[in-house]
Amino acid sequence: MLRPSHLTAVLLFALFASTVFGITQRETPRQMVRYGIYCFVLFAGSAIVLSWVMFLIAR
Amino acid sequence: MGTVPNKSAAAGKAAQQGWVYLPLIAGWLVPGAGHFLLRKWGRGTLLAVSIIAMYALGLGMQGKLYTGAQDILELLGLVGDLCNGLMFFVGRMMNWGANPVQVTTADYGTKFIEVAGLLNVIAAVDAHNLRTGRKS
Repeated sequence: MLRPSHLTAVLLFALFASTVFGITQRETPRQMVRYGIYCFVLFAGSAIVLSWVMFLIAR
Repeated sequence: MGTVPNKSAAAGKAAQQGWVYLPLIAGWLVPGAGHFLLRKWGRGTLLAVSIIAMYALGLGMQGKLYTGAQDILELLGLVGDLCNGLMFFVGRMMNWGANPVQVTTADYGTKFIEVAGLLNVIAAVDAHNLRTGRKS
């Protein structure tokens, strides 16, 4: 059974979802790569920021 | 000299032939198959790898494959799972996945399986848009 950490699960989710978003939502390969990276940063970044917010609220 | 453009034009024409909904249905049944039918090998491979990996990781984390719906949330989960096409039916036949969810990673796994299905539908619709010419 796979037991990835929370961060690993977030990064895997962000990687695969961003790949599909990039390919399906843009026309040219260059735009696809740029949009894929943008989505990955938003997915992973928002998870990390929200984690810190929840940590600070819980203190 | 002039054979390369002719060849690619012929390949493009061949990709535009056939039933217009075939890439949509093929893409739903097998991730990336809609793009393969349209000879978009690179895009199809990346989509297939992403969606199949997400589904496999979900199963590896002992995610749940829904069998029926007792309430609205389970119904939504079942719809998400059904979007995986043949992968869902194979998973059900082989009795893959865990039920009930008992550990945190299994809950992640359930979400991975559902999101793989939703991404599969996005990919299938993209293949349909390529087929109809709405996207290039």
